[in-house]
Amino acid sequence: MARKTDAAPLLDVENLTVRFAVKRGSGWGHKSYLYAVDDISFAVKRGETLAIVGESGSGKTTAALAIARLVNVYKGKVNLDGTDILHLEGENLRQARTKVQFIFQDPYSSLNPRLRAEAIVREPLDSLSNKSDKECKEIVNRLFKAVGLRPEQLRLFPHQFSGGQRQRIGIARALATQPELIICDEPVSALDVAVQAQILNLLRKLQTEFGLTYLFISHDLGVVQHMCDSIAVMYMGKIVEHANRLSLFNNPLHPYTAALLSAVPSVDKKRRESAKRILIPGDPPDPVNLPSGCRFANRCPVAQAQCSELEPDLKMVADGHRIACHLVDEDAKSPL
Amino acid sequence: MATPLLKVENLRVELTTRDGVVPVIDDLSFELGAGESISFVGESGCGKSMTALGIMGLLPEGIGRIASGTITFDGEELTTASEKRLRDIRGNEISMIFQEPMTSLNPVYTVGEQIAEVLRAHQGLGHKAAWERAGELLDAVRIPNAKGRVGDYPFQMSGGQRQRVMIAMALACEPKILIADEPTTALDVTVQAQIFDLLRDLRTQTGTSIILITHDMGAVAEMAERMIVMYAGRMAEIGPVDQIIEHAHHPYTKGLISCVPHIVSTLTDERQDLTEVPGIVPSLKDFGKNQCLFASRCKYLTQQCTKGRPPSIKFENGQLADCWQAEGV
Repeated sequence: MARKTDAAPLLDVENLTVRFAVKRGSGWGHKSYLYAVDDISFAVKRGETLAIVGESGSGKTTAALAIARLVNVYKGKVNLDGTDILHLEGENLRQARTKVQFIFQDPYSSLNPRLRAEAIVREPLDSLSNKSDKECKEIVNRLFKAVGLRPEQLRLFPHQFSGGQRQRIGIARALATQPELIICDEPVSALDVAVQAQILNLLRKLQTEFGLTYLFISHDLGVVQHMCDSIAVMYMGKIVEHANRLSLFNNPLHPYTAALLSAVPSVDKKRRESAKRILIPGDPPDPVNLPSGCRFANRCPVAQAQCSELEPDLKMVADGHRIACHLVDEDAKSPL
Repeated sequence: MATPLLKVENLRVELTTRDGVVPVIDDLSFELGAGESISFVGESGCGKSMTALGIMGLLPEGIGRIASGTITFDGEELTTASEKRLRDIRGNEISMIFQEPMTSLNPVYTVGEQIAEVLRAHQGLGHKAAWERAGELLDAVRIPNAKGRVGDYPFQMSGGQRQRVMIAMALACEPKILIADEPTTALDVTVQAQIFDLLRDLRTQTGTSIILITHDMGAVAEMAERMIVMYAGRMAEIGPVDQIIEHAHHPYTKGLISCVPHIVSTLTDERQDLTEVPGIVPSLKDFGKNQCLFASRCKYLTQQCTKGRPPSIKFENGQLADCWQAEGV
């Protein structure tokens, strides 16, 4: 889908690195660092959805928090619409925050239980914009309708809503400042299956309606496949594969991506019979003492000697398909 | 089928709530053969876990009770069994794996001690023998360097490993039935696949019957032979897994299957909206009404649906669907 004529991307992340200091008993004054996000780069075009997938601990949420400036970044750039937002401060930062909003995973803990629904949706307007009271009320009313809630529910408290309705409030809150980028951090994983479909359909409807760009974080590949235009797979803080939806799902190149896909249980009988399960035994390595070479090498079914010596770069192998694996060449053939 | 291992007939479980007595399980009947794997599917609040607790005799004391019906396990009636007898059965002949591997282990005992405790209580093993057996069990659930890790505390293990410890504990006495209540919901997909492989292998080795409780149709398709779809405390549909996925006769089952974006063998450019099941599960106070409880969310709704509880309509291979419109769905 990468065309050269395309305009500049809305979000352009370059060499983003986030590290946390951790205490490990190795003497005084000696700090070791955990690189939660290690030198990742990607871009998202306006109106598209990029998914970041990976197991827990792979750094996908940290990357999202960094882009929203909710954790401190160690190195790198986050360009939103051409401005590097990592160095903004004061009023400029406040303006930038109106453009990036967040939908959180757990609708039970991400809404203030003491505020009424209308106040929750209004909060970002009060803190980030200078709109009049009347305008704010109008916006809240409009948003309530857009996310499928009834006007008489404005005055209710969060505990009076079901999980799916609460997530709708969370979505309305994220839309309040008319953002361009919405980061959805596992927006449906805390919801029941039947309610998931309602929220996913709503998110797609709002995307076309408001021309939103989504950064969609999820571990559910079925959901990702349905929602996204391109997908970045993360493992231990690194992007190991980044491609558009069709080439990633139909031709996964990285052994880790292939293993992830093969692990998803399927109702499709044909797929279950034809697919071979790719087993990745063991656990991910210790994130503080990372092994040299490829971080996936100790679990990789096709690892070779070079894999544990040299760390692979994320290289472009086909049209828009980036992969970090020594065993994949220009011909974009899976090593498995 | 010869005499089934577990036979549940017309089970009714009631909970006392602020709104009065509510039937959270309403007239549930099913059979489980030896070595068979059956799966309960449904949204939260539909009575899946209550069924498991009812069978185990672990309903919340003073709040929940079995109002009527029978649970026959291996020829023995469980609903009237003494507490002492139930203690013997639990963990020994029927055991359970819970959803949260993080919270269902005791943080202040080593995992080896927790497994050994089961063996000492039920099998009368001595301290040393139980400890050694615990090591073997950890090895059987494929924890690397099992012998060295018996002395580990739960916090020293990852989520997947803790769930393996739970499985080792549940299998310690080679139970005839293993109830797995959402065993992989808190885990990553790759770990989930490992746990499923493990359960499958253990089942072929030991011939244990498995009751899997889940909301994931994919997991059902991979793990079970028959499924029971529960809705608002009632059975909506029962039958062979492949047959139901191929052609569900209850609108709720259909909705559950089609509302999830599944990964298909070849992906194409087109993406349709997901089929929604509008609304949510009715609240407890609506349970037990003499009508179809799914009616408010159903697109096949007719007048009949709100007038009376739908009968079970029979289809081939023992597929039953409780719906007035079952033939047309």
